[in-house]
Amino acid sequence: MIWVDTILQGVLLGGLYALFAAGLSLVFGIMRLVNLAHGDLIVFGAYLILIVVSVLGLHPFLAAFIAAPVMFVFGWVLQKAVLNRTLGDDILPPLLVTFGLSIVIQNGLLEAFSADSQRISMGPLETASVSIGPISAGVLPLLTFGSAVLVIVALNRLFYRTAIGRAFRATSDDPTTASLMGIRPDRVFATATAIAMLVVTIAALYLGTRANFDPNVGPARLIYAFEAVIIGGLGSLWGTLAGGIIIGVAQTVGAAINPEWQILAGHVAFLVVLLVRPRGLFPRGN
Amino acid sequence: MAATYTVTTRTPASSMAMISALVIVAILFAAPYFASRGLIQDLFFILTMLTLAQFWNLLAGYGGLVSVGQQAFVGLGAYALYGMVILMGLDPIISILFAGIAALVLAVPTAFFAFRLQGAYFAIGTWVIAEVARLSVAQWQAVGGGTGTSLPRSALREMMLVGWIESAFDVRASAARDILTYWLALVLAVATIAGIYWLLRSKPGLALAAVRDNTEAARSVGVDAGRMKWFVFLTSACGTGLAGGLIYLQKARISPDAAFSVTDWTAYVIFIVVIGGIGTIEGPILGVLIFFLLQSVLADYGSWYLMVLGLIGISVMLFAPRGLWGLISERTGIQLFPVRRRLSGGTIKKREG
Amino acid sequence: MVLLETHGLTARYGDFQALFGVDARLEAGETVAIIGANGAGKTTLMRSITGVLRNAAEQIRHKGVEIGHLPADTIMKRGIAMVPEGRKLFPSLSVEENLIIGGQNKRGRDLGDRIDSMIARLTGAPDPMELSAGHDGVGYWTLETIYDLFPILKERRHSPGTALSGGQQQMVAIGRALMSNPDVLLCDEISLGLAPVVIRDIYAALPKIRESGASVIVVEQDIGQAMAVADRVYCMMEGRVTLQGRPSDISRDDIHAAYFGEAA
Repeated sequence: MIWVDTILQGVLLGGLYALFAAGLSLVFGIMRLVNLAHGDLIVFGAYLILIVVSVLGLHPFLAAFIAAPVMFVFGWVLQKAVLNRTLGDDILPPLLVTFGLSIVIQNGLLEAFSADSQRISMGPLETASVSIGPISAGVLPLLTFGSAVLVIVALNRLFYRTAIGRAFRATSDDPTTASLMGIRPDRVFATATAIAMLVVTIAALYLGTRANFDPNVGPARLIYAFEAVIIGGLGSLWGTLAGGIIIGVAQTVGAAINPEWQILAGHVAFLVVLLVRPRGLFPRGN
Repeated sequence: MAATYTVTTRTPASSMAMISALVIVAILFAAPYFASRGLIQDLFFILTMLTLAQFWNLLAGYGGLVSVGQQAFVGLGAYALYGMVILMGLDPIISILFAGIAALVLAVPTAFFAFRLQGAYFAIGTWVIAEVARLSVAQWQAVGGGTGTSLPRSALREMMLVGWIESAFDVRASAARDILTYWLALVLAVATIAGIYWLLRSKPGLALAAVRDNTEAARSVGVDAGRMKWFVFLTSACGTGLAGGLIYLQKARISPDAAFSVTDWTAYVIFIVVIGGIGTIEGPILGVLIFFLLQSVLADYGSWYLMVLGLIGISVMLFAPRGLWGLISERTGIQLFPVRRRLSGGTIKKREG
Repeated sequence: MVLLETHGLTARYGDFQALFGVDARLEAGETVAIIGANGAGKTTLMRSITGVLRNAAEQIRHKGVEIGHLPADTIMKRGIAMVPEGRKLFPSLSVEENLIIGGQNKRGRDLGDRIDSMIARLTGAPDPMELSAGHDGVGYWTLETIYDLFPILKERRHSPGTALSGGQQQMVAIGRALMSNPDVLLCDEISLGLAPVVIRDIYAALPKIRESGASVIVVEQDIGQAMAVADRVYCMMEGRVTLQGRPSDISRDDIHAAYFGEAA
């Protein structure tokens, strides 16, 4: 029975990793940009929510609603002012600029908040759990997983059912022809990053409420997100959720065997998938 | 009628540079005779960072392989050295070789996995491998597990050549060790630059440039892009491992978090190359000097220092993507390590009909 | 009324100059053909007019307004639509989505436009909303009328655009451009690579397009086709206009000389 519980925890943890990954996947899908600062942006979002919670005394969920538009605008400006300049055939500029950004954000947060670990308090919700028979799951992990599913449904609808989604896909196919359709590619890219920042805010909410965080935890979140994306196969958001679940289950099972193996087990699972299915589990046909 | 063309890569500036380089290297070799111990330690730091930067530049600037996982090879190289000294009782100087070998051995599976990832994802793939290496080494209790360990005093005391330096320079053992590691760092840095320069001027170097510019086109003229990538990746890993072993021999104390630090062994190195000028041999040299100056001025400000470094790196990438050396050589046309072949001699005549 | 004109238009790709002072005009209601060999500068001319290549403002005028410096999306919103060479359908979009996207980006629909407009007013830069004023993108052409024009597209509307035959793809590309109800329609090499019978079907749509109020520029390598449909013809060679006039006023020898640059 303990194994069922362990695996359930892993699946729910996978929801968190899928949330980390969804924004990364969105941005990569539209502009082939891998944002090495993605994890640090999530941590940045968590601090933003923390500030709103402590200054305005709001519930974290409400605080996330206030943080979201701020992150949205931040993403828009970041893309428009900085990242758009790096796009092109050469992969070096976007990688190196976002890597620099990662270092800047980490150290900016260190300067502002110190290296002490923080946590956004959810009150009684933190420990609440529901039981079905002998199995019980925390309410917060369930909410995380539910949010991940909702985010994926919403992003898929946005992508395949709306005018802006059409513009995203068209621009991703061919920015020059898209501009002949009245689309301005740099604006589409800015919008995509802004939307990714909304997802980042949701990810930040759960990052900050489920466990302690400090300015240095971003890169590890980037790596989990990246592993989920690759395992799932590029371009498939449901695949990303599956990838997140695989990492999550590997981590909880690894931790159940030896607590020191938690992170390592996740990485090993990733390498095994990369070995047997280099294009991921659910690759999209070209 | 035989035309008297010669294909040359030499320029007047490069001949001057060659002579000055020899002079500078000679002075650096002699430095322990007149320099303070603090200066020797600073020079050691500069030379090892320069070596790491040259190898990262070979990877990213010439090979198009942007790795953010080079700390894997620094850390594993260093740990291999510690393992050899602590577990096998080998002389630390000999063990440096094993640092290179261990990094090379790790590089094979790393490349195997990471080469399955395209472009930008390659970068994070190397990072994952470095994390796996760090977490695995932290499980290795014989070298201190997660908390790390120190090199045994006895091994340091009996290290080869140290006794000779002690008496020749009339210094204490710890200073003698600094001198010895400094010399080794100088040898490694000079060999690295000379080796990379030789590689870029050789036939494989041309192939490398072709692969970087256009993999498809390079393949169509018979360049095996896959093999070039492997060669560059393994060479860089081995050199990075040697540097890692040397760095931690000098420090004499190691921990997984320090030896596999992405900031110390990859972020700094990337900034050195980017700020100095990626894709040139001169760039990392200029970059490491700027980096050292910035560090001397700003090191007391902790994270501000890294923020400034990050912002400078971003600005250079956005506004002067060829780095400071790129700006200098654009303005002046100077190339100290020319690799481009130029046709000289003879006269271009119209073909007589 | 002159709808569109270029005046001393020069264009370059880096060091390479592709156009050397091209003067051309399109009157309202006209169909103009541009002919010339490969590399004559025809496509460069189209890229300049549509704003894919930026030029000096005064070199291109549309309804009396200087547009040479404007970006492609603003020019499109002014009512100049393009059927690009090679059709360039979006592979990720279905046939119907390819059509819809041609008409979905109208003036002022975009929040980004309003933000840019606000910034422009604050900084004194040209206002994109102002520059695209006078064209609302509404008119005869809707999904239904496009499907009336090319019924086969209705049958295949849920297929990926790139799964269609070349001729059908060309219909999608034309329909996509018409969806914005342009007053100027530019067609770059629409018969290239198509079978004669297919070309005839495609050109059969031209009268209907003219009737809807669009003036048309076709770029053609097929001289006979161009002469048959055009009110006026421009012939280009090496980045210059070497001949212009009504098809009835131009002899085969004139064309030969203008096309190949040698006395016939």
